[in-house]
Amino acid sequence: MAALQPLDDAADRVLGLGVDDEPSLDVIPAPAGSGPRARRRWRFRRAGGKKGVAFWLAVAWLATVAFCAVFATRLPLPDPNRPNVIDRFAGFSAEHPLGADSLGRDQLSRVVHAARVSLVVSVSAVTIGLVVGGIIGTAVGYVRGRTERVVMAIVDVIAAFPALVLLLAVLAFVGRSLTVISVLIGALSIPIYTRVSRANTLSIAQRDFVHAAHTLGAKQSRILFREILPNVVPAVAAFALVAMGLVIVIEGSLAILGLSVEPPDPTWGGMIAASKPHLEEAAHLALVPAGAMFFTVLSLNFVGDTLRRGLDVRDSNL
Amino acid sequence: MTPRRLIRPGKFDGGPLLDVEDLRTSFATPRGEVVAVDGVSLRLEAGHTLGIVGESGSGKTVLARSILQLVSARNATISGRVRLQGRDLVGLSAKAMRSVWGVEAAIVFQDPMTSLNATMRIGDQITESLRFHLDMSRSEARATAIALLRSVGIPEPEARLRTYPHQLSGGMRQRVTIAIALACGPRLLVADEPTTALDVTIQKQILDLLETQQRERAMGLVIITHDLGVVAGRTDRIAVMYAGKVVERGPTRVLFHDRRHPYTEGLLRSIPRMSNPGHSRLQVIPGRPPDLVALPEACAFAPRCRYAQARCLEEQPKLIDVGQGHEHACFYPVGSPGGGEALGRNLAAGENAAGMPVTPDATLDVTTYVPEEEAS
Amino acid sequence: MGLVLRRLPAMLATLLIVSFLTFLLTSLLPGDPAIQILGADNANDPDSVEVVREELRLDDPLLVRYGAWLGDVARGDLGRSFRTDQQVADAILERLPVTLEVGGLAVLIALLVAIPLGTLSAFRAGGRADRVVTGASFGLLALPPFMVAILLILVFAVTLGWLPATGWVRFTADPIDNLRHAILPALSLAVGEMAVYTRLLRADMITTLQQDSITMARAKGIPTSRILFRHALRPSSFSLMTVVGLQVATIIGGAVIIETLFALPGVGRLLVDSILQRDLIMVQGCALVIAIAFVVINFIVDLLYTVLDPRIRYGSAATT
Repeated sequence: MAALQPLDDAADRVLGLGVDDEPSLDVIPAPAGSGPRARRRWRFRRAGGKKGVAFWLAVAWLATVAFCAVFATRLPLPDPNRPNVIDRFAGFSAEHPLGADSLGRDQLSRVVHAARVSLVVSVSAVTIGLVVGGIIGTAVGYVRGRTERVVMAIVDVIAAFPALVLLLAVLAFVGRSLTVISVLIGALSIPIYTRVSRANTLSIAQRDFVHAAHTLGAKQSRILFREILPNVVPAVAAFALVAMGLVIVIEGSLAILGLSVEPPDPTWGGMIAASKPHLEEAAHLALVPAGAMFFTVLSLNFVGDTLRRGLDVRDSNL
Repeated sequence: MTPRRLIRPGKFDGGPLLDVEDLRTSFATPRGEVVAVDGVSLRLEAGHTLGIVGESGSGKTVLARSILQLVSARNATISGRVRLQGRDLVGLSAKAMRSVWGVEAAIVFQDPMTSLNATMRIGDQITESLRFHLDMSRSEARATAIALLRSVGIPEPEARLRTYPHQLSGGMRQRVTIAIALACGPRLLVADEPTTALDVTIQKQILDLLETQQRERAMGLVIITHDLGVVAGRTDRIAVMYAGKVVERGPTRVLFHDRRHPYTEGLLRSIPRMSNPGHSRLQVIPGRPPDLVALPEACAFAPRCRYAQARCLEEQPKLIDVGQGHEHACFYPVGSPGGGEALGRNLAAGENAAGMPVTPDATLDVTTYVPEEEAS
Repeated sequence: MGLVLRRLPAMLATLLIVSFLTFLLTSLLPGDPAIQILGADNANDPDSVEVVREELRLDDPLLVRYGAWLGDVARGDLGRSFRTDQQVADAILERLPVTLEVGGLAVLIALLVAIPLGTLSAFRAGGRADRVVTGASFGLLALPPFMVAILLILVFAVTLGWLPATGWVRFTADPIDNLRHAILPALSLAVGEMAVYTRLLRADMITTLQQDSITMARAKGIPTSRILFRHALRPSSFSLMTVVGLQVATIIGGAVIIETLFALPGVGRLLVDSILQRDLIMVQGCALVIAIAFVVINFIVDLLYTVLDPRIRYGSAATT
């Protein structure tokens, strides 16, 4: 899929495979002074209290999934789309560790490649929603007044609309592609992030250190960037992890309806959908992708929730 | 209609109504063990009133709930003996306690807005215990509830039955709480800060109500408060609590006239008096109550005490009986030669053994303080 | 009654906006709507295209069309599908009971499980039962309805053969068989809802149980079960009710998936089919009905909330 080319480029770069020297992708420059950074590090350790085995297991799983997604094409796996009629419905074996599907395609390979779609869709959709919604929500929560009322009213109306209907309609008429799906889900999730970031901003803006900064004569923008954002961003980001799980599920639902990415490229939802007619003969066709999706979403929920409990400024005692 | 009583009337030998012996309540918290009630002993006779006085954090609320076995926190440990009419309540199962609660003993909380269920009608909240404990029919319970409301001074009780708590004023709500507590005729009533959440003008009415009901029903009444004025003329005995322990107790009059413990003295001094000249400074007890985690084996009040000496920081004073039923726990009590010397030393040094500044004050002569009711 | 009247304008406004957006759906799509509606093959005939244009007033300005459409909707006429030649309103009405039954059953099952579990969990917070319930709820949140559906089909239809995997029988025809067909779809939806409700009720109840009113009830000697279900449940149920209302959107979305999976003749599947077939008129009608249902249900929940919470219903006579 062309849309996944950037992933391959990133993988190549990491592996040092024939890419020219480029400046590093320094997206978030380190802030000056040790204050915020030290605070952030301490907060992570404190986030969610003692992090037990389960937490690190979840992180490990997510890391594995991310790894598979990024490096899928470079891994020693058979072509996920190559049918092999002889091996139809093969069970777990040395040749097909996770079995083979109705066309004899290797399940392990397909599941790994499907992770790419899930990763791309969830990351991009969440990023869009997070960035746009986060900015609007933070700005609106800080500025207050009539702007806030108007914006939140619009947000409420959009949020009240059953998003699925809109999603289905647009997808059916505009066409299915990774880009469209990601952008659309992202756009539809903007209201949620707006609400969350606004709530966090409202809470932060009332704290004393913001008042102090204001009294000291700091400009609005400075307060926004130095005091408010560093506190709102982690909380909303933790929430975003949980949201990623939701997006993966949405893609799965779309696949069941036949509205996800075009075959033969595998997606977890698509694999589950395709397994339905064959449940009697080969249950593992459904269980393998279902298991992958379940554990991924579970891990995202768990990690996101654990971090959120420590980072959400509404809960913490900072 | 006789309630399902735990103790049959007449089977009781006539000892004190309530006999608390070495009650200890502690909570296991992540920070350590918090001992909220540390070896408290109390006695109360039927028809008498006991006042328990202390500031926030002294453990008095936990004491109230511990006595009635209402501490439901999972990390709580209660030891000691709480004998109600001879029967020990500590360690009783919830099932057994259900024949004590409401029937033998009842409690009134501080804030009637939170202690009444906001989603249930007043009438239902009263008739509930009547129907459950006394097996009354709906009409009987209703009639009894109306009579109860009338007896606590609520006008138009029939109409009030169908109202919700938030539709009444604060004073009314507290009256309802008292009515609920008295519904099944308990022998012991514990009132935990019954007037703190109310306007001053209502406070007197509520306290009068409690007094009247106690007299009519010959109940034992325990009033818990931080306000000495509340207990001044209404109690037979007073116990002063600090950091989970009783530091002084005795008959009310004796306590006011002849207080021995510096904390009691501090409490008395801090009451503003009408006879003081205008703009007099209020006498306060400096500092704050101690953190109840890991209290050292020493007098808990020493860091704030004007009389504190080195001994106070190393040894724990025990309650000593000084006659007339008056006990206190202090090495250098107020009004004694030892105490006078200690205060003098501290005044000269300008600070007590813990480093707290000690200054003389000339605005209030403590030795002539007399409860207002007596003076008039 | 006053409460209803006060909130009516907001609901009507929302309905208006929602209907307008739904109406816009068709107008925003690329290409000529007439051609879309007729389908590629029929679109070759210029006469049919003309007929469609006239019937749908496609040459009129947007607002005029909207106004006319609204008028039709108010009279119950949602248009006629050019594909199936069926009245949209009839098609929807035929299928509405199915969706309502499955959705309603799902909410019912979820509540029947969540209320006792949530209460027990809150009552014994921190204990073993609580940890199991909380852990299970958390795990269930990661199981979307379609996954539950597949698993249920695998177990109950394929392996055990107790229940059918697809199809539908009308309640009026055979109640037992109807339930047999409804139970797996309803369960698939219920599992996710169960988890949400349980977590919410548990959190709310834990807060409620910490209040003095509960200690007071205990001090009256009232048995624990009565305290839990009479004293504690009522105040804790308000946010649960609100969430049930909000979750209707999720259930609607879930119903679409579930109906497709189980081949149920419901409104959700009608929507999906008509989207896939580009049956614009039908899509419009379904979308409108779904959106209206959502707004109305939330409105009712809102009303219920204000009616059931005595603090809001009666206001306060005094403020001390």
